Amino acid sequence: MIYVGAAIAVVAIVIVAAFSMGILSTGSKESVSLTGAGATFPMPLILKWADEYYNVTDGAVKVNYGGGGSGAGITQIKEKQVDFAGTDAPLSSTESSTYGLVHIPETLGAVVVAYNLPGITSLRLDGDTIAKIFMKDISVWNDPAIAALNPGATLPDESIATVVRSDSSGTTFVFTGYLAIVSPVFDELYGQGKTVAWPNGTLAQSGNSGVAQAVQGTSYSIGYIELAYALENDISFAQVENHDGQFITASLDTTAAAAAAAVPALPAGDGDWSEVHVLNAPGSDSYPIVTFTYILIYKELYNEETEMNKTAAETLLDFIWWAVHDDGQSLAGPLQYAPLPDAVVELNEETLRSITYQGEPLMD
Amino acid sequence: MMGWSKGKQGRKRGRASLEDKLFKYAVMGVAALVLALLWALVSKLVLDALPSMEAFGIGFLTSTVWDPNRELYTALPFIFGTLVTSAVAIAIGVPISIGIAIYLSELAPASVREPLSFLIELLAAVPSVIYGLWAIYTLRPLLTGSVEPFLIDTLGWTPFFEGAAFGIDKLAAGIILAIMIIPTVASVSKESMMAVPDSQREAALSLGATKYETTRMAVLSYARSGIFGATILGLGRAVGETMAVTMTIGNANIISWSLLDPGQTMASVIANNWGEADGLMLSSLIEIGVVLFVVALTVNVFARLMIGRVMKAVPMTGGGL
Amino acid sequence: MKGYNVRRWKDRTASLLALGCVLVALVPLISILIEVITRGAPAVDWTFLTERTKSAGSTDSGIGNAILGSVLLVAWASLIGLPLGVLTGIYVSEYGDNWFGRTVRFFNDILANFPSIVIGLFAYSLIVTVVGFSMISGAFALAIIMIPIVANTTEESLRMVPNSLREASLALGVPRWRTVLKVMVSNGRAGLVTGALLAIARVAGETAPLILTAFGNNFWETGLTEPVAALPLVIFRNAMSPYADLQEQAWGAALVLIMMVLSLNVVVRLLTRKRLKNYKAVKKTWKARLSLSG
Repeated sequence: MIYVGAAIAVVAIVIVAAFSMGILSTGSKESVSLTGAGATFPMPLILKWADEYYNVTDGAVKVNYGGGGSGAGITQIKEKQVDFAGTDAPLSSTESSTYGLVHIPETLGAVVVAYNLPGITSLRLDGDTIAKIFMKDISVWNDPAIAALNPGATLPDESIATVVRSDSSGTTFVFTGYLAIVSPVFDELYGQGKTVAWPNGTLAQSGNSGVAQAVQGTSYSIGYIELAYALENDISFAQVENHDGQFITASLDTTAAAAAAAVPALPAGDGDWSEVHVLNAPGSDSYPIVTFTYILIYKELYNEETEMNKTAAETLLDFIWWAVHDDGQSLAGPLQYAPLPDAVVELNEETLRSITYQGEPLMD
Repeated sequence: MMGWSKGKQGRKRGRASLEDKLFKYAVMGVAALVLALLWALVSKLVLDALPSMEAFGIGFLTSTVWDPNRELYTALPFIFGTLVTSAVAIAIGVPISIGIAIYLSELAPASVREPLSFLIELLAAVPSVIYGLWAIYTLRPLLTGSVEPFLIDTLGWTPFFEGAAFGIDKLAAGIILAIMIIPTVASVSKESMMAVPDSQREAALSLGATKYETTRMAVLSYARSGIFGATILGLGRAVGETMAVTMTIGNANIISWSLLDPGQTMASVIANNWGEADGLMLSSLIEIGVVLFVVALTVNVFARLMIGRVMKAVPMTGGGL
Repeated sequence: MKGYNVRRWKDRTASLLALGCVLVALVPLISILIEVITRGAPAVDWTFLTERTKSAGSTDSGIGNAILGSVLLVAWASLIGLPLGVLTGIYVSEYGDNWFGRTVRFFNDILANFPSIVIGLFAYSLIVTVVGFSMISGAFALAIIMIPIVANTTEESLRMVPNSLREASLALGVPRWRTVLKVMVSNGRAGLVTGALLAIARVAGETAPLILTAFGNNFWETGLTEPVAALPLVIFRNAMSPYADLQEQAWGAALVLIMMVLSLNVVVRLLTRKRLKNYKAVKKTWKARLSLSG
């Protein structure tokens, strides 16, 4: 009996080895695998793109995006452990010049202030109040500052549980960037960053997912997450006062309005993006906490460490091209990510055309 | 050990002796390989931790500041978190485990002992990530709904139970750890008790002691070091546990005395931050890994010494977490 | 008389308390099983077991690729870990009655208690920095975890074989190396099998080392140098998700995983009981089983 078992084990191992060496295969012929990591902010969209592109190419291209947060993405692309990275926080100017990475904005999204208040379906907050809540200067829901913004609402006398990101996050970068603009005190004490030393008692979870889940599951909590996570899971979020004094609900339209109004002067793909932002954009319809989110790839795709072959390099560019043009961008709207303005698409085209493989541009 | 007889029986013919030697050295080579592997493991980690050791020196164990923005790293908040969660685990898990051990060793009818022992041991078979999953969806509502509000009402005036009832905190992590160490502590305690010679029990019983008194006087005192060793062994498990803790502790890189506040252990800080860590931060995380390894090692060797007194040759096939 | 009643009362109460402890400990076990089954079963169907993991909102997402990934990871890890563990166990048992053997056993115990996250760090700094996130790095980390488990059960099952068997074999002129193999195959094999199964059950549930090495994958990927999906990773990532369908996938994957692991443990138990009826054998296997996966 033992010998039968051993025989089965041997056969199993041989089959497994055959799989691994590609002799047997679950997929089709020649497939290219690309690996990416980073921001969870655009993750619902990137995963959708990956699925669609897999179908569109008949299983020839597998884009495996692992999330992990913008900080992880940046670290891993610097270490050349992934083919591309996702980040909502642009590289600092030193990083841009040192590493030879280019920024490719692939979509725009909104950071919402999600909350869990049983019975309260609508909440208005302004930047200063939000900052105070997260600094724990305001610690209960029925604080006068919140009540003043929401006359008529019965706010409970409960402690506010603030939920933030535990990992190094572009979403944190964007959110704190906004708070630093609207609250000089916040800027002074905490500043903008992918990680910030939040006050004692703050709950921290990993990824937009983790924060969304924590807010979902913790009564009287408040946290910052990307819009898609709130909408797709029926998590309430606040109307935030914008630059023009209007209380805006984040949505596809208000995100696009912010992008259109701010239209910053964007640098070239390989330039310094550290100052680029669309926060607190002017305009009566603009949602104030909006951001580009970027794909980072190397300008020169060949290097000795990864020895990415030419096909893979071309596939990478093809995928990104597909994603930033209509094929990919049409999938953004339903997920409440704003499509890229035309000017940005053109900029990306130029960037993609400048990518080289062993010195030669890959795209015509 | 084997006691291969030397001398006449062991005489071999010339050709066989060569094959024998080859086999022996082949097997010895593999064993040496495993030793080398362990050596490589420890040295590589220490090597990778050097930049951090050079940058922070002994302050790594005393500073309370973990700030990636200023490139300041430390191990102390995580050593604290590990200690606190392990303490909670021991405080809750050990009494229960001893109770189980007493029941299985002294009280259970023979027919029931084996199946129950098996069930308790099954607790150890459940993967840690599933414990974490269960903790998020089943334990946490229980904590926020009844346990923590109760603790706040009764003990909220102490610094250990300040704060709000969010269910993602050191208490939650400690409770999950307690459940996870029960199979270890209970089984080793049970074995220690079962190793107590019946003569001890009979002596007590013949003096008219009740089962309870017998257990207390004869069994527990005799098995004391084994039980203590079991506890330390459980501590060793708790110290290295990663997944269930990461999913329940709340990821706060600071020292806070309240059990109802989130925290971070040495294992969970590595799991949470390795992805974005490079350069000095990665080196610091690895240094924390070295500290964790040293702590786990010390605890386990100590446990082994304790248990070794009551039972011989206790191999530890269990692993870190 | 009053004194005696008090003592009897204490005795009864103590017995009840002890039993109570057992029941308290069983509550989480039963609760976990109930939760995993009730929350996971709705997710599990043929599609779930054969489709790959897709983005939230997909109707036909599944864990097929994660099951395959886990199987491959464990298979590769076993390929490395089982032989190394068995041979080490043989050495310590048959040839190890000296300082070197004692050293090996001591260090084997150290390896057995290594926190698995630290093993993951080692695999990361050694292999991932060279090959990248990959199946081989994950398998390597898992193999390191397997070795001490297998070595210990092998050693102990061999040690239980009475010397008379070995001496009889030698007296018949069988060379020593053949004797060792014979002893192992005929009497020690149950121990080998249980050791292998326990090690497999343990690493199948390991998550921490895989986070740092295998990375995870939403596609069918079997290449050694490519990131690979695994059941524990699917559980971990989806457990912390707000999406109801992803949460259900986590529970479904947990159900599949826990069924695999528990059945392996039950098989080990049956094998142990059947083959070796005495107390010592049970002691060996529970020690091996007392490893928690992390």
